[in-house]
Amino acid sequence: MNPCDPTPWRDPQIMRKLLDRIAATVTRPWNIMEVCGGQTWTLARYRLEELLPDGLNMIHGPGCPVCVTPAETIDDAIGLAMRPDVIFCSFGDMLRVPGTDGSLLRAKTAGADVRLLYSPLDTLDIAVENPDRQVIFFAIGFETTTPVYALMAEKARERHISNLSILTSLFTVPAAVSAIKSDPDCRIDALLAAGHVCAVTGLDPYRQLASDLDMPIVVTGFEPVDMLLGILRAVTMLENGRSGLSNAYGRAVGEAGAANARAAVGRVFHLSDTSWRGMGIMPLSGMKLRPEFEQFDARRRFVSDREHVSVTNRDYPDSCIAHLIMKGLRRPADCPHFGKKCTPACPVGAPMVSSEGVCAAHYRYLS
Amino acid sequence: MTPHCPLPDRITTTVCMAHGGGGSMTASLIGEIFAPAFSNDYLNRRHDAATLPTTDCRTAFTTDTFVVSPIFFPGGNIGDLAVNGTVNDLLCAGATPRFLSCGFVIEKGFPIDDLRKIATTMAEAARVAEVEIVTGDTKVVERGRCDGVYINTSGIGYIPHGLDIDPGNIHPGDTVIITGTIGRHGMAVMSQREGLRFSSPITSDTASLCDIVGNLLDVVATPRVLRDPTRGGLSSTLNELAEASGVDIEIDESAVPVMPEVRSACELLGLDPLYVANEGVMLIIVDPADAAKALAAIRRSAHGADAAIIGRVAPTAEGRRPGVWVRMPLGNRRRLEMLSGEQLPRIC
Repeated sequence: MNPCDPTPWRDPQIMRKLLDRIAATVTRPWNIMEVCGGQTWTLARYRLEELLPDGLNMIHGPGCPVCVTPAETIDDAIGLAMRPDVIFCSFGDMLRVPGTDGSLLRAKTAGADVRLLYSPLDTLDIAVENPDRQVIFFAIGFETTTPVYALMAEKARERHISNLSILTSLFTVPAAVSAIKSDPDCRIDALLAAGHVCAVTGLDPYRQLASDLDMPIVVTGFEPVDMLLGILRAVTMLENGRSGLSNAYGRAVGEAGAANARAAVGRVFHLSDTSWRGMGIMPLSGMKLRPEFEQFDARRRFVSDREHVSVTNRDYPDSCIAHLIMKGLRRPADCPHFGKKCTPACPVGAPMVSSEGVCAAHYRYLS
Repeated sequence: MTPHCPLPDRITTTVCMAHGGGGSMTASLIGEIFAPAFSNDYLNRRHDAATLPTTDCRTAFTTDTFVVSPIFFPGGNIGDLAVNGTVNDLLCAGATPRFLSCGFVIEKGFPIDDLRKIATTMAEAARVAEVEIVTGDTKVVERGRCDGVYINTSGIGYIPHGLDIDPGNIHPGDTVIITGTIGRHGMAVMSQREGLRFSSPITSDTASLCDIVGNLLDVVATPRVLRDPTRGGLSSTLNELAEASGVDIEIDESAVPVMPEVRSACELLGLDPLYVANEGVMLIIVDPADAAKALAAIRRSAHGADAAIIGRVAPTAEGRRPGVWVRMPLGNRRRLEMLSGEQLPRIC
């Protein structure tokens, strides 16, 4: 074991054994999609793809909320942040994401009160301490992050905090995966599901998804050993002609998931048709606040109805192919802007912003 | 008037504009806080400029400005940071640090007690580094015009005859040494700033490294290069060196020392310790023939116990730009880019 990195999940000897077993199992080319940006990051960080047998291709999925939040929503966020009465709070990754024109970071430079937080619950105290200001949190995320927004809304209501709201950009994984799989160009043979999402949802939705899509889905963690274990399970199922669900992240994911987190989400949010950056609106692929929590909906309270601009126009300027990359149809290096006009310091497309965005991961670790 | 005279205007509990006005309030601030803390023959003459002895050695001269937030953090404060930072910059030139200046920009309303604490830690840091603070300046600005207090320190040191430290001297095959565990300062400040609490708190590594450099120079006449990897962390310093000297530098990921609590905090926030700031470690490159004795000398120095050989200098492949590579445990390697923008935390 590496003495400076004392976790078995990064043990080079275990990684080597798993790589050998993968090589011994694979007899023909396969395309496996890892859904989550965290998994993409691990693949890139440890350069695992170059250690896999030839013909075993990893396709990087859409599971980074920073990358799939539409430009229109970023524009709304910038508009809200620029209001003098607003304290706009966000996770750090969102600050540099380009909207149609500018980013939250540029708004901050121009004088907007934009605050970087680690926990959305911190907004409760900020709102209480600033009763004459409107405090808005940029609530982005998948099933993993949504429960904390639910908790925040319930606590705000409990404490009668009226100057707090959230600008939502919330997504659910299964609908997006189904949509990508239904694309006629899709070449995905198996899926590595995001382990932390399954830790909330439980296994049932993914068992159903595996059955609907008739493919292997392996619940997979985020460390390099987890990734290799997930890949080994997937290729074993593929080589044996089996579909269905396999859980390779048993240390974190139980059959039932986190029922209390799901219950909180259910009380505050409901499923809705949602727009994904570059991919357009997908039915029932996201979450919106229930009518009884509308008072916390920043969009409803502060954003006026505006002319709808077509998604692709706003989302991807200058022939950026991020939407094709996130569907697994192209690779970052296929993009004419990759590493030239588009870098983490000056991103054109959203996947170049977040450390877990596929383009940024490729730029940082694979270029 | 000497600093030890009884003063007519007792200072208040917070800094006010008059403390920077040049009149009696300024005199009382200097007389009650700075002069007694920093007292030495050069300063006590109270000239507009300190007059310093000359030497036939080459002189190293450097300056740095400190704006850290929060001002007090686990393991130190802006005061010792300002002294140690400039002392270490002089050490990196191979100089023996001798004299410092300090300039304070203070926000109106700043607590006098905090200012006293800062001056006291500066004096202690100067004593440890065997430097004297020989001249200074104080300005006060309106509330909101600065964040508590900013400090500039400039420093003068003398370079021993025959010592020439220059990145241009780096050759393929040279050995890369780090003198301690990385990432402590950045994570100590960030934990404090964000109100994160860990079961074992992370303290800043802020320290002057005179002992390390002194012991090193006793056994290695001319190390190739000394650098303190502060802002941008180890990766930025390595990249600057690779670019300046036109070579590749390869480090072994598992050889870079990181404290477990720093590693955990970094993982929690989605940060890479290779990009996190340090204030008490030095990156040292030496001829491989000198590596073993250099490492032994560093390890027996104050702040050097965790020193480790972390990599080597290599020739740059034909047609590629010089850069830094990380050798990973499975033997494959990745390029270590410079930090672009500020490291932002992970969100999910």
